[in-house]
Amino acid sequence: MLEVLSLPFMQRALVAGVLVGFLASYYGVFVVQRQLSFLGAGLAHAAFGGIALGLLLGTEPLWVAVPFTVLVALAINWVRGRTGLAGDTAVGIFFAVAVALGVVFLFLKREYTADAFAYLFGSILAVRGADLWLTAAVAGMALATWPTYWGRWAYATFDRDLARADRLPVERDDYLLSVLLAVTVVVAVKVVGIILIAAFLVIPAATARLLAPTFRAMTLGAVAIGVGSAVAGLVASYWLDVPSGATIVLVQAAVFFAGMLARRGRA
Amino acid sequence: MVFDSKKTLEQPGATTLTMPAVEVENLTVRFGAYQALAGVSFQIPPGAFMTVLGPNGAGKSTLLKAMLGLVRPAEGHLRLFGKPVGATSPADLAYVPQIKTLDRTFPARSLELVLTGLRRRWPGRPAAEEREQALEVLGRVGAAHLAERPLGCLSGGELQRVYLARGLVRHPRLILLDEPATGIDVVGAANLYDLLNAYQAAFDVTIIMVTHDMEVAFHHATDVLLLGGVQVSFGPPREALTDARLRQAFGHIGHAHAMLRGGVPDA
Repeated sequence: MLEVLSLPFMQRALVAGVLVGFLASYYGVFVVQRQLSFLGAGLAHAAFGGIALGLLLGTEPLWVAVPFTVLVALAINWVRGRTGLAGDTAVGIFFAVAVALGVVFLFLKREYTADAFAYLFGSILAVRGADLWLTAAVAGMALATWPTYWGRWAYATFDRDLARADRLPVERDDYLLSVLLAVTVVVAVKVVGIILIAAFLVIPAATARLLAPTFRAMTLGAVAIGVGSAVAGLVASYWLDVPSGATIVLVQAAVFFAGMLARRGRA
Repeated sequence: MVFDSKKTLEQPGATTLTMPAVEVENLTVRFGAYQALAGVSFQIPPGAFMTVLGPNGAGKSTLLKAMLGLVRPAEGHLRLFGKPVGATSPADLAYVPQIKTLDRTFPARSLELVLTGLRRRWPGRPAAEEREQALEVLGRVGAAHLAERPLGCLSGGELQRVYLARGLVRHPRLILLDEPATGIDVVGAANLYDLLNAYQAAFDVTIIMVTHDMEVAFHHATDVLLLGGVQVSFGPPREALTDARLRQAFGHIGHAHAMLRGGVPDA
């Protein structure tokens, strides 16, 4: 166990896993309570488009994927606000556009990109120093916005009209949440993989929702589950030599079903 | 259409010199091409208890939303305590929404909902002083025993009291209630009106209540606004709620008679 921690790539993966576990489950409570699970999936696929563009351009894919995904998040919000279409319809449109672009970008690259698989399924080995700094910066933003925005987002989640009647800038706050969510999805790509990021956002928060009596407890519980299952899943994926993202999601799912049983026992 | 709004204010003893609590002038609200409310004009003095009546789709909730600043008037003016809505402090307004708007999946206790009235955002851990304030006002509405109860486990009448406590905890100057009797039995509704009257006797607060309940309009209100998309009548109950005006608002007089017996119009 200790020797695992002495491996530099494993140290990087663990730090990234803890940060991503914290970020995804923290924003996940708003995603779950606002019934935006599909938005998580949509943003992850937008990140695929961005990463493919980065690979095509031959630059660091994440630096392209961050602005690309943020733009898609803003576009989803904008279309939803302008057209009166249901939120999941706007997500569905951009989801498809981003994946289609990603496929075209990878095709245009015209060479085998092994990297692409690391992005699709996540890989401990893929986490590099620069990724850590980016992830740490995003986690810093989450901590910096928590004292002001947690209460505002939660209030608007509970009842938009009450929050608006109390003069909270609900629409502007929503844009900020979308942008932070988009950035979180992108930095989670290397650890979790594009395909499973939505689960990362949803499962810890849903588990906490089963057991928490208050929204504060739900938030703290989700973060604890997110961080704990990331560490456990990464270590397990190293020993079993299987993809890290999938292993973490399986650990989360195990915690979720344990939570369901605990709730049945309690009720 | 504007009916005897001046007469009320110019009666002997009426407070013509003090600033009106609510002043509405030719208010028109549109949602796209749909005109929800048109040509509404009235004034009520501080301490008034105004009920707003009319069939479904008459613009009753829209009027409340305009007063809360949730919808922007297409035409006309709306002033609360002499100021345009945007310039009033949200702390002066207590909004008691329809209980059917509650998201019952949101993990929260009654006390936290009351605290949103103080903090104007979702509360994390309450400070001892805030807690005391919230418990005191919950006690005043006869709901102290509900403080730690999950919101999802409250009956309609209990929830209504908690929402009312949420409004009263900020010591408002104006209380806006949207169909508070809907989903509550007759005894519960009567208790609610008694609470409002007692609170009004203790504090010089103005009340505006959207309702389908003719009884409360007749027996508790100082003023009645009858809407049917446009303003049908405004004045003291006996003058505003004549058979002719009710027929004009509700179409068939049978509906009005049903309401006088305590029924609800299906218009």
